[in-house]
Amino acid sequence: MSQTSVPTTTAGRPAPQPAYLDGNALAGPLSDVFAVDLTTAATHCTGCGAEGPLADLRLYGRAPGLVARCPSCDQVVLRLVRTPDHAWLDLRGTATLRIRVPAD
Amino acid sequence: MPVISRGFHGRKQTNQDRLPPGQYEVRDFPVLSAGPTPMVSTDDWEFTVVAESGTRRRWSWADLMALPSEQPTVDLHCVTKWSKFDTRWEGVSLDRLLEGVETTAAYALVHSYGGYTTNLPLEDLRHGRAWIAYRYDGADLSPEHGGPARLLVPHLYLWKSAKWVRGIELLAEDRPGFWEGAGYHSYGDPWREQRYRGD
Amino acid sequence: MARTALPGRLGERLRWRVATLAAHRDETAGARTLVLDVPAWPGHLPGQHMDVRLTAEDGYSTQRGYSLASAPGAERIELTVQQVDGGEVSPYLVAGMALGDQVEVRGPVGGWFVWRPESTEPVLLVGGGVGLVPLMSMIRTRRAEGSAAPFRLVYSVRAPADRLYLPELLDGTGTPTAVVHTRSAPEGSARPPSRLRAEDLTVHGWPAEQAPTCYVCGPTGFVEHAAGRLVALGHAPERIRTERFGPTGG
Repeated sequence: MSQTSVPTTTAGRPAPQPAYLDGNALAGPLSDVFAVDLTTAATHCTGCGAEGPLADLRLYGRAPGLVARCPSCDQVVLRLVRTPDHAWLDLRGTATLRIRVPAD
Repeated sequence: MPVISRGFHGRKQTNQDRLPPGQYEVRDFPVLSAGPTPMVSTDDWEFTVVAESGTRRRWSWADLMALPSEQPTVDLHCVTKWSKFDTRWEGVSLDRLLEGVETTAAYALVHSYGGYTTNLPLEDLRHGRAWIAYRYDGADLSPEHGGPARLLVPHLYLWKSAKWVRGIELLAEDRPGFWEGAGYHSYGDPWREQRYRGD
Repeated sequence: MARTALPGRLGERLRWRVATLAAHRDETAGARTLVLDVPAWPGHLPGQHMDVRLTAEDGYSTQRGYSLASAPGAERIELTVQQVDGGEVSPYLVAGMALGDQVEVRGPVGGWFVWRPESTEPVLLVGGGVGLVPLMSMIRTRRAEGSAAPFRLVYSVRAPADRLYLPELLDGTGTPTAVVHTRSAPEGSARPPSRLRAEDLTVHGWPAEQAPTCYVCGPTGFVEHAAGRLVALGHAPERIRTERFGPTGG
């Protein structure tokens, strides 16, 4: 099969194409706040328990802020809002953030 | 001081007097979303107002369609700085939906299919300033723009006009919604440029 | 040996630097490579990207992310930008920006979708359209470093005219490359145009038993489809790294 089927609504119209990117695109915005790269950090979804790198989160960036959702259950894992003088980072959707720290 | 990129024009500003501070006009209708587009069939659609007492009033799609509608033409102002003028909608006024809802609540928390929320004073939903809108520009409201129905409250920044609206909770105390809890302003008046908390 | 370019400790934040257009090359009718001078560029790992910020004279400012196309070690860095229909930034970068013009860049950033030149395990690169860009940085780095790591590339484009980096892509990379066409294939092509198939990955890629690290890059729909095919072929999900591109405004 060369084409995957397109999901449709009950009315038969094709559902919109995926409108997300992924957590790789958070690298720049998060560098406003952290000098450590967080895209390799392991997240742990509080909704479904899925674990994976922050880079694999589904990123919705066409919004008043950046919203990163769990690729398994779509729960919001992370939100990042930049105001002129603050960065708001909401991580309530991940139980933990495991960050690799190089040995001295 | 940012470096200027020669020859880059970005969005052009026109109609300056109609623009709130910091906004620019667009002619298209950008689609912004914090998540996947909910696909809600009108067969299943419901809109519920829950008063602080717990009393609920619920409308099905057929109920909504049976109510007298209005056709407001309004300007939209998104906190991401674009504004769109003279947008044409059709919907039911919140004044009509709130008629007969007994409440002394001062605040509202709006809920959408897909989990989005936004908060505003109940007064801002009254007096001809808000609609449950289901048609845009002469056609059924598309899912990407919030269809089957969205809240439309154009005197505030557009994030308050919750897409895929499913209900309103009336509350005695203000409770921050999705963006208000992440740094955005609790009220959001574009004419006072209330984008972020503390503005 | 390129510096690590991944700061590991709290300390100086990345700052915006001025980048000046030193040269450019048309890759296809709608894509151009920009060669930028960035003073004190710290080096980068192949696969990393930068945020590019443009400010108009009236103060309006916007930014987009672009992958680095060049291998580290050169004085100048290269980006390849694809024009997006109705886009706001890409028309400027692809056609408007002239030699000497400036933008601001923040980077390099990204620690996930990177290939480290000291690695030796086999690598399968799967690129869709402009998703080839970070993969090309990996391919060029491997060649420049004289790495013996086995590389293969499967590159999906709509039509032959959309292929980036010719003639280097087919003659000069040292990485066996298979191009698959989704809308129109060359005359006499054995493979009719179609979306990427499992067969394309088995014929032109590495078998799952070889446990390659897979890098998949392109539009979201392409990445989901290609990664899904790789998993179905037995590649371990933890060995598949993905990077999704898409319109964030153009």
